[in-house]
Amino acid sequence: MADISRNKRQLRSNLSRVRGLGSTREGVHHWWAQRMSAVALIPLSMWFVYSLITLTGADYQSFHAWVSEFGNSVFLVLLIITLFHHAQLGVTVVIEDYVHSEAIKMAMVLVVKYGTMLFAASSVFAVLKISLVG
Amino acid sequence: MVEFMLPKNSRPKKGKTWPAPTGAANTRTFRIYRYDPDLSDNPRIDTFHVDMDTCGPMVLDALVKIKNEIDSTLTFRRSCREGVCGSCAFNIDGTNTIACTKPIADIRGDIKIYPLPHMPVIKDLVPDLSVPYAQYASIEPWLKSDTPAPTSERLQSPDERAELDGMWECILCFSCQTSCPSYWWNGDRYLGPAILLQAYRWIADSRDEAAGERLDNVDDPFRLYRCHTIMNCTNTCPKGLNPGQAIGEIKSLLINRR
Ligand code: SF4
Ligand code: FES
Repeated sequence: MADISRNKRQLRSNLSRVRGLGSTREGVHHWWAQRMSAVALIPLSMWFVYSLITLTGADYQSFHAWVSEFGNSVFLVLLIITLFHHAQLGVTVVIEDYVHSEAIKMAMVLVVKYGTMLFAASSVFAVLKISLVG
Repeated sequence: MVEFMLPKNSRPKKGKTWPAPTGAANTRTFRIYRYDPDLSDNPRIDTFHVDMDTCGPMVLDALVKIKNEIDSTLTFRRSCREGVCGSCAFNIDGTNTIACTKPIADIRGDIKIYPLPHMPVIKDLVPDLSVPYAQYASIEPWLKSDTPAPTSERLQSPDERAELDGMWECILCFSCQTSCPSYWWNGDRYLGPAILLQAYRWIADSRDEAAGERLDNVDDPFRLYRCHTIMNCTNTCPKGLNPGQAIGEIKSLLINRR
């Protein structure tokens, strides 16, 4: 740290630097969303793992049938959305922690956000296709 | 910024080994970080041998003895020598703590003493703490009240006063602050455990009337939420305080007021 105090050419006071542009007043939202999605993922992933175990050795047809069942499709869609949302929140924090160039940071966060959206949308679409179209 | 390696000119090299005191039967070896800003040289680790039979029990006693008897240029901060001023915090035997309450006998092998981690070093064991001091000022650590001042003291019930236990004891030694990886990586924007403990100390004070404003000021992805509950702060605090818990309290208050 302390690029602040090391930068001798700037005469701005430390207090001014520490206050910076002020508080964003919106840190709690991200943190809470991460916690809430984590809580939701507990039963969802337990259900998912349990289902996978019961389907061990099942052929394509029975797997297909399992996905197209109403309850299973609903839970799968919920799992996909929550999982990718949670992943995106978490990875964003890691990027903010470690990447300090504003431009690279913004680019990486965008890639993560759009990338997870793309994965989530295609997974949801696949589930819907199986369950609605067959 | 994340730095996994020290910059080239900050990497310590082997320093001077001072001769052991003659006729001493019971000596311990101290390896101490030295940096002299007047030399354009890398920091070095000097080795000192201290006669334990004529030395006090604490690490600070040994530092004072070395300064008095071996090398008077050894530079470090200390004042109270009894754990109330917070001046003598160093990285001792791999963890941050205050030297005056750290028994030498608790350390096995050589006693390694470095300045608090990831702070600019002014000289030897003296770090530049001006940024954490500015961060402390930024949370406005004083009572704010719009109620006109009473003619006597501002009253507080014993229960309300008990809310401040575990926080008023903080001596601002910054052992916790400089033990936190989040503070190392983002210390320019993350307030750090010591400052957040103090922020909560004022939020929790029943006589203070600015809790909302104080919460506004920390509700920020960097100022508060760089805390990832690593808990180095609580593990290292020489006063046995729990900055990690104070940060948790702030986070739950921010949820409660939504
Ligand atoms: S909480 Fe403990 S370690 Fe942190 S500054 Fe206060 S006394 Fe030092
Ligand atoms: S000298 Fe005061 S805390 Fe150690």
